[in-house]
Amino acid sequence: MEICGGQTHAILRFGIDQLLPDLIRLIHGPGCPVCVTPVELIDKAIEIALDRRVIFCSFGDMLRVPGSSTDLLSAKARGADVRMVYSPLDALRLAEKNPEREVVFFAVGFETTAPTTAMAVMQAAKRGVRNFSLLVAHVRVPPAVELILGAPASGVQGLLAAGHVCTVMGWAEYEPIAQKYGVPIVVTGFEPLDILHGLVMCVRQLEQGRAQVENQYSRVVCREGNRVAQELIRSVFQFVPRNWRGIGEIPDSGLGLRDPYAVFDAEKRFGPAQRRSADSAECMSGLVLQGRIKPSECPAFGSRCTPEHPLGATMVSSEGACAAYYKYRKTRPSDPYCEDRTC
Amino acid sequence: MLSDEQNFGGICPVPIGQYPHVVLAHGGGGKLMHQLLEKVFFRAFANPALEGRHDSAVLTICGHRIAFTTDSYVVRPLFFPGGDIGALAVFGTVNDLAMAGARPLYLSAGFILEEGLAMDTLWRVVQSMQHAARVCDVQIVTGDTKVVDKGKGDGLFINTAGIGVLEHSLDIRPQSVRPGDVLIVNGDIGRHGMAVMAVREGLEFEGTIESDSAPLAGLVLKMIRAGIEIHCLRDLTRGGLASAANEIADAANLRITIDESAVPVREDVKAACEILGLDPVYVACEGRFIAFVPAKDAERALEIMQGEPVGKNAAVIGQVMEAAGGEVILRSTIGVDRILDMPSGEQLPRIC
Repeated sequence: MEICGGQTHAILRFGIDQLLPDLIRLIHGPGCPVCVTPVELIDKAIEIALDRRVIFCSFGDMLRVPGSSTDLLSAKARGADVRMVYSPLDALRLAEKNPEREVVFFAVGFETTAPTTAMAVMQAAKRGVRNFSLLVAHVRVPPAVELILGAPASGVQGLLAAGHVCTVMGWAEYEPIAQKYGVPIVVTGFEPLDILHGLVMCVRQLEQGRAQVENQYSRVVCREGNRVAQELIRSVFQFVPRNWRGIGEIPDSGLGLRDPYAVFDAEKRFGPAQRRSADSAECMSGLVLQGRIKPSECPAFGSRCTPEHPLGATMVSSEGACAAYYKYRKTRPSDPYCEDRTC
Repeated sequence: MLSDEQNFGGICPVPIGQYPHVVLAHGGGGKLMHQLLEKVFFRAFANPALEGRHDSAVLTICGHRIAFTTDSYVVRPLFFPGGDIGALAVFGTVNDLAMAGARPLYLSAGFILEEGLAMDTLWRVVQSMQHAARVCDVQIVTGDTKVVDKGKGDGLFINTAGIGVLEHSLDIRPQSVRPGDVLIVNGDIGRHGMAVMAVREGLEFEGTIESDSAPLAGLVLKMIRAGIEIHCLRDLTRGGLASAANEIADAANLRITIDESAVPVREDVKAACEILGLDPVYVACEGRFIAFVPAKDAERALEIMQGEPVGKNAAVIGQVMEAAGGEVILRSTIGVDRILDMPSGEQLPRIC
């Protein structure tokens, strides 16, 4: 299983899975932060964005993801002031430039984006920016990996860990996981050769009966990770339980603002998100995110569920597995390409 | 008595039910935009000229074939590395005429100005249009000006329409594409989109990416005069190479295969796209086009292109196959075939 949605897209984009022998089957993991952001937080985001006092800032990925009834882009079309930003620090700058407005940043992402969010919060505290807050949806990889490997139905025999997450966190926290579940874990990059190399390292461990953490992405990642970034995360955030869209609540899998910084929590300013399960009953993205089915095995895939009319987030995000299959493997019924195993 | 609006609404419900409001993706050059065109505009305005689904309508008037087109320009910022809204408004319409194989002659220019726009800014844009028109050998012969309240516009919007004349007997349109045709692009792709995005979003890359904004009529006319049997031309604007190839494949009901490693993309554009999670094949260009020519003419067409500044990095990137379905297949850099789909809406930068 490759954890990261970026790797899933590279695999489909370059057709790596089609080059592999039948013995190796790639299972796609839950590493798409947009996809696992729970519906209640997206609904809350839309509700906040529609507040006339608010400038709502989000990464581009998040804008098209459906909540229970609509998405942020549609809210924008109805008059909400929704801005696409590339960094939470851009949102903080907007807050400083617009002191009469409330600026809210939708803090989404794994450990990769959490340090810049933490940096923005610290800067806001230091400079006394009171009109800035965050709707926090940050999630952590290791608890989700444990959930998947610990499931009785798990067929995962090897893991490609996400290179970018490990750039920040290092890989020490994966060592007990590899040991506990007897699964080799290889920290892997995103180029086609990185992924193929990661697979070779994984297979070699399996052949030798080893289950250790190895590092394919050594040009970027070291065991300790980026200590400064980790310290930022630790200072600003604490582990909290988080509801994952399609999967459910996973203990300690979320990052929530620690006490001195809790004043920047948008849920405190605008009211807490209300838990609901509003995904279409037809959407099987939960099973896709756990690697239990391939997107193309969902009956709605490509017919009732397309990027234009998605039933779930995995069909929208640029890192979602369903979107990757649709973009790179969609075939029309009359086409000879339909003999392809994935359609 | 019902007002016109009520009356009309009662008889003809809006044909797009899924989106009660227009969203930005309806103008993004992807599937939603095509759905809007098909279900709203083409349905309402249906006529033989519109059926051509080409960049320009080709009309026969008193025995002469003329091309007629229009385009609106809403780019932000107004000035960007390698161009500005004024030059774009001239080149864009000239290029749409060129894609029908026409020699551009006359343009109109409509200006929607926002109250408070600096007169100096307007003057710079107008001067740039004047220069661009001279370069393209066209005249701006009519126009219109409106001013809207502050906050109701983005400084300046421009609409241009253009007329050109076809001085050959070629039938340049998607339906003329044939199996075996070779696909040539006149240069590296994706520069305009990345240049504008870098300035608009304040992204700092090493070195400046300049827009590829350029007029294409000169090169196209040179190819025609050299006797190249051009079957179809399409400029790569919104939605980039992927949208253009899909539009042609769909209209011609043929399969187009593109070799990813043959598509020219500059290293800086590639790197910027990678950082943002964008694919260069979907990024907009403003001085690039694809030409469909029979294999016998491909080498000569490539030579002619490479002999002109706007085509010096031209490359053969694919071919047309005998297969119904209107698909585009991309052979990836590691040699595996996959579908190259029309984008859904605009590409959005990813999170990490």
